[in-house]
Amino acid sequence: MKYMLLIHQGDTPTPRSPEAWASLSEDERKAVYADYQAINQTPGVTPGLGLGAPETATTVRVQNGKTLTTDGPFVEIKEAVGGYLLFEADDLDAAIELAARIPAARLGGAIEVRPIVEW
Amino acid sequence: MVAILEQVFRDQWGRVLAALIGFLGDFELAEEAAQEAFAIAAERWPRDGVPSNPATWLVTTGRNRAVDRIRRDRTLAAKTRMLQVPEQAEDRVSPTTFPDERLELIFTCCHPALAVDAQVALVLRTLGGLTTVQIAHAFLVPEPTMAQRLVRAKRKIKAAGIPFRVPPERLLPDRLLAVLAVVYLIFNEGYGGRGELAAEALLLGRALAELMPDEPEVHGLLAMMLLLDARRDARFRNNEIVVLADQDRSLWDESQIADGRIVLDRALALRGRGPYVVQAAIASLHADEPRDWPQIAALYAELARITDSPVVESRTPR
Repeated sequence: MKYMLLIHQGDTPTPRSPEAWASLSEDERKAVYADYQAINQTPGVTPGLGLGAPETATTVRVQNGKTLTTDGPFVEIKEAVGGYLLFEADDLDAAIELAARIPAARLGGAIEVRPIVEW
Repeated sequence: MVAILEQVFRDQWGRVLAALIGFLGDFELAEEAAQEAFAIAAERWPRDGVPSNPATWLVTTGRNRAVDRIRRDRTLAAKTRMLQVPEQAEDRVSPTTFPDERLELIFTCCHPALAVDAQVALVLRTLGGLTTVQIAHAFLVPEPTMAQRLVRAKRKIKAAGIPFRVPPERLLPDRLLAVLAVVYLIFNEGYGGRGELAAEALLLGRALAELMPDEPEVHGLLAMMLLLDARRDARFRNNEIVVLADQDRSLWDESQIADGRIVLDRALALRGRGPYVVQAAIASLHADEPRDWPQIAALYAELARITDSPVVESRTPR
C-alpha cells in the first residue's frame, strides 16, 4: 500500500516563526532536524518537496466560468497542510508508526494518513 | 432441524466468517460468501443431513462460492488475495480443521483507526452474527444509519489498509485494551437492561479467554461480567433498579457466580492486577454475605490508584 502523510503544523514551532522556534530548547530543535532526517531516510519514504508558508498560498475557484482567487489557504492558516511525504508500507499500522515519529505530531500539530488510490 | 441450524449459525458464524476474511482479504466479499454458505446449508442439510464437520463444510462452501464469483468478475479478482492461492486449495480445505482466525478478526474490528461506535457494530455483526437490524435496535439507532456505519467501516478497513492480524508484541497491550473496552461497552449496554447484549458480551468474553488464555485482563473482564450478570434477575423489579443491599439473593445465579470465581482465580494465578481483575475481585466480594467491607474498600482504593479515576473514588457500591 502507498500512503500520503499530510503534515499539519498546527501550533508546532517552526523556524519560520523565530520566536516560537526559540521557545524550544536547543536539544529539542536538534531533535526536530534529526527526526525529519531519519524519517526521510526510512525505507519506503519518498520525501515531499518543501512548501512555502500557508500565508503565501493562493486559493482558486471557478464560478460561472470566471476564475476567482483569494488570498490564503483553503482552510484556516493553522489547519493548512505544511508538508507531506509518501510512504510505501505493508499496512496502516506501519504508516501510523511512521506518522507518530514526525515531530509535528508531538509538538502541537497532527498528521493525516491517506491511502493512495491506484486507478 | 431449524433449531440445529440456528445453533450451528450461532456457534460457527464468527469462525466461518473469520476464516473467509482471512482467505479472501475482503470483509464484504467474505460476508456475502458466508451468508451464501449458510443459505445453502439451510436448503441442503434438512434433505442430506448435517455434515460431520459443519464449520469446515461452511468454510469450503463459502470459499467455493467466492471463487466462482471472483472468476465471473476479473477486475474484482485482481484486487483480492485469491490470485496468490494455488489452484488445488480451492477445492479442499484441511479435512479436520481450518485456522481459527477470530482473534485476527476482533483485533481488526477494534482497530483504533475506526470510530468506537463502528468497532462495536462490527464486532457484533462479524463475531456475534447479529443482523444490522438487531444491532440498530440494540443501540436505538435507525437501521439505515447502522447499515451505513457498517458499510463505511468495512470499506475503510480495505481502503486504508488496516491489517487482518493479531498485532505484534509492541502494539499488543494498547490494542488489547481497545478490544476489552469494546466488549465491556457491549456488556454495559446489556447491563442497562438490554439482556441480549449482555449475553453477547459474555460469549465474546468466553471466546477471548479461550483464544488468549495467558492474558490476565481477558480473564478479569470475563470474571467481572459473569459475576455482575449473575445478579441480573435481582437487579430489576418493576423496571426499577434494585440496589445490591435490597436484592433478593435467591434470584442470584449461584452457579454463574461460581463460574466467575473460577475465572477470577485464573486471572489472579496469572498475576493479573489490572483494572478488570480488580473489578472482578470487588464483584466477587459483593457476592459474599456478610460482606468484607474493609477488603472491598481496599480494592476500590487500588482501582482508583491504577485507573487514576475520581469517579471510582466517589462511587458507592450498589
